[in-house]
Amino acid sequence: MSAVLIFLALLASIIIWWMAQQRLTSKPWLEAEKVSSFSHFTRSSIATEKIGLGVFLAVVGALFTLFISAYFIRMGSDDWWAIPIPRVLWVNTAALVVSSITLELAKSLAQQGDDETMKFALLASLITGIGFLVGQVFAWRELVFAGYLLADNPANSFFYMITGMHGLHILGGLLVLGRTTGKVLQGKTAQQVHLSIELCAMYWHFMLLVWLVLFALFAGWANDFVDICRQLLT
Amino acid sequence: MVNIPSSIDDTIPAAEVEDVELYHSHSWWTTYVFSQDAKVIAIQYSLTAISIGLVALVLSWLMRLQLAFPGYFAFIDAEHYYQFITMHGMIMVIYLLTALFLGGFGNYLIPLMLGARDMVFPYANMLSYWLYLLAVLVLVAGFFAPGGPTGAGWTLYPPQAVLSGTPGGNDWGIILMLTSLILFIIGFTMGGLNYVVTVLQGRARGMTLMRMPLTIWGIFTATVMALLAFPALFVASVMMLFDRILGTSFFMPAIVEMGEQLKHGGGSPILFQHLFWFFGHPEVYIVALPAFGIVSDLISTHARKNIFGYRMMVWAIVVIGALSFVVWAHHMYVSGMNPKFGFFFATTTLIIAVPTAIKVYNWVLTLWRGDIHLTIPMLFALGFIVTFVNGGLTGLFLGNVVVDVPLSDTMFVVAHFHMVMGVAPIMVIFGAIYHWYPKITGRMLDETMGRIHFWVTFLGAYLIFFPMHYLGLLGAPRRYYELGETVVNPTSAHDLNIFITLMAWTVGAAQILFLFNAAWSLRRGKESGGNPWRATTLEWQTPTTPPPHGNWGKDLPVVYRWAYDYSVPGAPEDFIPQNQPDPERRSKEHST
Repeated sequence: MSAVLIFLALLASIIIWWMAQQRLTSKPWLEAEKVSSFSHFTRSSIATEKIGLGVFLAVVGALFTLFISAYFIRMGSDDWWAIPIPRVLWVNTAALVVSSITLELAKSLAQQGDDETMKFALLASLITGIGFLVGQVFAWRELVFAGYLLADNPANSFFYMITGMHGLHILGGLLVLGRTTGKVLQGKTAQQVHLSIELCAMYWHFMLLVWLVLFALFAGWANDFVDICRQLLT
Repeated sequence: MVNIPSSIDDTIPAAEVEDVELYHSHSWWTTYVFSQDAKVIAIQYSLTAISIGLVALVLSWLMRLQLAFPGYFAFIDAEHYYQFITMHGMIMVIYLLTALFLGGFGNYLIPLMLGARDMVFPYANMLSYWLYLLAVLVLVAGFFAPGGPTGAGWTLYPPQAVLSGTPGGNDWGIILMLTSLILFIIGFTMGGLNYVVTVLQGRARGMTLMRMPLTIWGIFTATVMALLAFPALFVASVMMLFDRILGTSFFMPAIVEMGEQLKHGGGSPILFQHLFWFFGHPEVYIVALPAFGIVSDLISTHARKNIFGYRMMVWAIVVIGALSFVVWAHHMYVSGMNPKFGFFFATTTLIIAVPTAIKVYNWVLTLWRGDIHLTIPMLFALGFIVTFVNGGLTGLFLGNVVVDVPLSDTMFVVAHFHMVMGVAPIMVIFGAIYHWYPKITGRMLDETMGRIHFWVTFLGAYLIFFPMHYLGLLGAPRRYYELGETVVNPTSAHDLNIFITLMAWTVGAAQILFLFNAAWSLRRGKESGGNPWRATTLEWQTPTTPPPHGNWGKDLPVVYRWAYDYSVPGAPEDFIPQNQPDPERRSKEHST
């Protein structure tokens, strides 16, 4: 369970940092109508939707770290045979990186109000995103043809389950991104879709980060990393 | 009152909360069924939760019948008994308590108490309810599926949960159970995002975090915990569904069933226990923290006294929330864990008693020399304190490894957790319903019926669960379909079981009176007016009662003080609403 505890510790430090700014030591019973007590309450200037997405990503983060915790615990047993990494995963990773970059590009273009280029950046991001999903399906097929079936080995089971879960999250993101792109194609201006694009970009970067961690996990580098940490500690 | 500013403009900065565009409902359907109004969603959540809770209540009656009169009722065979246990536990903990506290009270009170028009994401809020309803329907479908619902116990431990020896194990039961949980968690996440972000972003002007009523602090912290803890149950459910349907071996070890070697192998049942309790222990506080918050407000209002140690109360809620993530393995002392881990988890478990005890002291000190009105909400709040202290103390017993190991499989544990997270939160739920019913409907619940309901429920619940501790200490095992003659229990234990069953039926029947009261008072109750309890918090200051969609009239309220200005010396009345400027200044303002 150490992975999820580390994640929660990180989250706790963010929460503590936030709480430190909330004057939790104030004495509200002495402060009726004091000016200072008003000026300290500022609704965060960050858009509410962004905060909502931030909280949601914390939940998604907890979900994936729990899967990873389970992976590490189950990995300790004798019947574990690591799964080979299909080469197409490298292509998929590249597609997701490109998708993330173009989305970031679309975001800054939306800020500049460059509607035309933004449209292309969004489309590019959508297409590479779909490409990633299709690539994941190819990776599954490749493994199935090579005889690595779901129930044969826990390593296989985890691979299919976790990539599937990640794929579902990407799919959800694609639906939202598709809707935003649709709006742009129908002639909405950068001003109108700016927030949506920013939210998509935030989600996309997070899912890229999750994917990179998962990729490292399946490829076995995460293991080496954990071993190194363990050696450093002992 | 120090530092009174000279003019009212000093106190109110430029509008920080812009008004929200509300979804305008067009028809009866969008007003009452597919509503995006948090208050309607709250009522939908509550009614669904109470309905499914009644099913669980009936199941407990049936279980008690079997325990008191083993073998007397032919339709309760061993399989059914285990199905009743499982469904009773799961429904009560998740589909009743969690849904009612967060989906019900959370939805109703968060926007009103914070001076907001609605939740920040009303559409997701609506979806949250409909997913919850779907989850409940899938759960209920288990009763009608071939093989019936799962009988694996509410903890659903593998491998037994997915084997043919367990009811529903290789039928539909376990599949429906897990699917229902997954749906519930997705739905809850949608609602939970709303509760958290509304507290962060939806507060009225002047509502600092430290001016929020403790009810909101409790619900807020519990929601944050639930958002982080439910994914563990989600992961466990998904993995077990894989094991059950697709034949993987996440949790399933190599096992022989009916003389046949199953294709599973190497899985780790302990892994499931870790995941389950990583959710399961925070779940206890997900239920308890809203109860703590609500009971603080009930006690303060009905004792006409400010809450004692407000800051400590807030910090204690947060500390309990944080600690509850590092105690989960105290549910697994008997799983053969490393004694060093046991020591660690026993220590963290006992540390939680400190902030919890602070809260209990503060409730008692709030009552101390207060102007206690023994209204029905107050009676339930007092009932809560007594039950909670009782259940909490036995928790200290069970937190110690050496005491837990022999008691773990006895009725003592059943008595403990029913006291602490069954009866105690239910007391608060009843208190809260009696307290806020006037705001929801505009009418008071009937007083006489309420008093009968309280005394039967409180004394009855005590008479059910207090003797059960004794049964546990005698060694009466839990989870047993019947004790039979093999068990060395004295006949007195059997007589006690009959007594407990009679009490269980009585307490259950008292709830019918409550339901009747709720229905009867809807039309015939005494009109309550907007603020029958003369309370300070914002929900009582709405221009109309019950509040319409959008809660407030033209202008949002502005908050000038904390939520506990009761019996302020020199004030004309014994309470000053949160949105009321200082009376002196108000008169000054009028004269200018």
